[in-house]
Amino acid sequence: MPQPQDYQTLLPVIVLAVWACALLLLDSFLIQRKGLTACLAAAGLAITLGLTLSQIGRSSSGFSGMVVLDGFSTFINALQLVSGLLGVALAYAYVKRMGIERGEYYTLLLFSVVGMMLMAQATDLIVVFIALEMLSIPLYVLAAFNRTQAASEEAGLKYFLLGAFSTGFLVYGITLVYGATASTNLSAIFAAASSTSNLLLTIGAALILVGFGFKVAVVPFHMWTPDVYQGAPTAVTGFMSSGAKIAGFAALLRVFATAFPAIAADMTDILWALAAVTMILGNLVAISQTDIKRMLAYSSIAHAGYILMAFVPYGNPAVAPVSIAAGLFYLAAYVITNFGAWGVVIALEQPDGKGLQISDYSGLFWRKRGLAVAMTVFMLSLIGFPPTIGMVGKFYLFRAIIDGGFTGLAIIGVIASLVSAFYYLRVVVNMFMREGEQKIEREFWLDLTWGAAAFLTVAISLAPGWLFYLASAAGLR
Amino acid sequence: MVPVNYYIILSAILFTLGALGVLVRRNPLIMFMSIELMLNAANLAMVAFSSVNHSFSGQIFVFFVIAVAAAEVAVGLALIVQIFKSKHTINVDDVNSLKG
Repeated sequence: MPQPQDYQTLLPVIVLAVWACALLLLDSFLIQRKGLTACLAAAGLAITLGLTLSQIGRSSSGFSGMVVLDGFSTFINALQLVSGLLGVALAYAYVKRMGIERGEYYTLLLFSVVGMMLMAQATDLIVVFIALEMLSIPLYVLAAFNRTQAASEEAGLKYFLLGAFSTGFLVYGITLVYGATASTNLSAIFAAASSTSNLLLTIGAALILVGFGFKVAVVPFHMWTPDVYQGAPTAVTGFMSSGAKIAGFAALLRVFATAFPAIAADMTDILWALAAVTMILGNLVAISQTDIKRMLAYSSIAHAGYILMAFVPYGNPAVAPVSIAAGLFYLAAYVITNFGAWGVVIALEQPDGKGLQISDYSGLFWRKRGLAVAMTVFMLSLIGFPPTIGMVGKFYLFRAIIDGGFTGLAIIGVIASLVSAFYYLRVVVNMFMREGEQKIEREFWLDLTWGAAAFLTVAISLAPGWLFYLASAAGLR
Repeated sequence: MVPVNYYIILSAILFTLGALGVLVRRNPLIMFMSIELMLNAANLAMVAFSSVNHSFSGQIFVFFVIAVAAAEVAVGLALIVQIFKSKHTINVDDVNSLKG
């Protein structure tokens, strides 16, 4: 029988799941007032965020060791809930403008956040699998949410087919790991794996890596990313690019650091190669993009490479805590910057699908200074240019990687960042130095999102210590 | 009694066939059936391992995989029907307006 402690371990997830179910029912009574659904969804996320923050410093495990509450899960869950709130803020006016204002949008978003939170708390491969599906299935629907548009339908179908394909690899990987170790519990796998080393376990771990690689868009499992990011409604893309990435990396880290340190020697080489290829390819292909959504999609692939870099030394106990903390810091920095950038994209997008080319940003500075300055801040942060949080994140990351003895990888990362300056700065040059006309949407929550993101991007970079301290405290031990 | 290796080899063959099917076929319904084949290959191996290891968690996992696959079918078929309604084709080569 479950004990009260079990429920306490999972309290925020349970509250949010119940809230989402209640909202789904309630929404059918709010016929013409979908704005209220959005507010209720945001309230649910805020309450859950409060509960999560109240759990800081606690650690427990529940449901026979299937889920755990620790500093790592609290950090990731808080980040997920913030990105859920920002996702609602981006969508609030956007769905009205695009004529897709339906209450299910917010319910699906809540269910997806539930899956993402469960993912960070899972310590059993069965729960990891269920959480991954709980976050993915609502995202498939959200990607196709603008179903009268061919592009959105296509994005939904592509995301669905490739997502389900990657699930197949994940499930088979879990099966092989179970075959090798006779358990699906992460710590039991660790115990069984340290005594025997066998091929089945390594292949299983590699297949699990493929499954997560699809979710976080690591080359060569990134093919779906540009199409889905471009075709999906922009508010969905903004949420998906942050939320799914955090959850995927959280689970990857949890599974590998808890269950597979015994095969770190093999995995480190694979992770090294994946990170290097992802950074190089993501940044190079982004150069040739003319659509801002596709460009940001390749930028998101490249950033998956940077974050993956932090996981390369996961099996080395002397280096892993610092590099994982740097990775978590970078993840938080990416979420803030990324939401801001997508907020600006939404502000320029028109219901007929115009306003999404990089050339549409020409002369933005002379029409709306605040927006152009904010976009400049985000672009600089994505390059890793001071004084932005992206620079601080890259500094911590490269320092940790060099300390870990992976100087070659750090050099590849620095060169990739230099290449990335080319396409990010092209947006900035367009905004300041070219002539152009555009229609800009002014909406309170949207303006607040990009404004706050721009402020935080600069402000945190001036005093980054506390966030790095939180990220270090959250590291897996 | 059939040795467990036979089950594992069969499941590996089924998984490979499923993965090839997804990559080669162009009809999303067939692609989706191939994905189901991959999942069920994993289920077969899971049950075989479960009986060798004398542990039940493998069988429980199989139930969850079946349930989740059903949820995926619901979403996937809805998407495919919607695309058919608007395009009158579901061949994935004809659904490729997004590229670059």
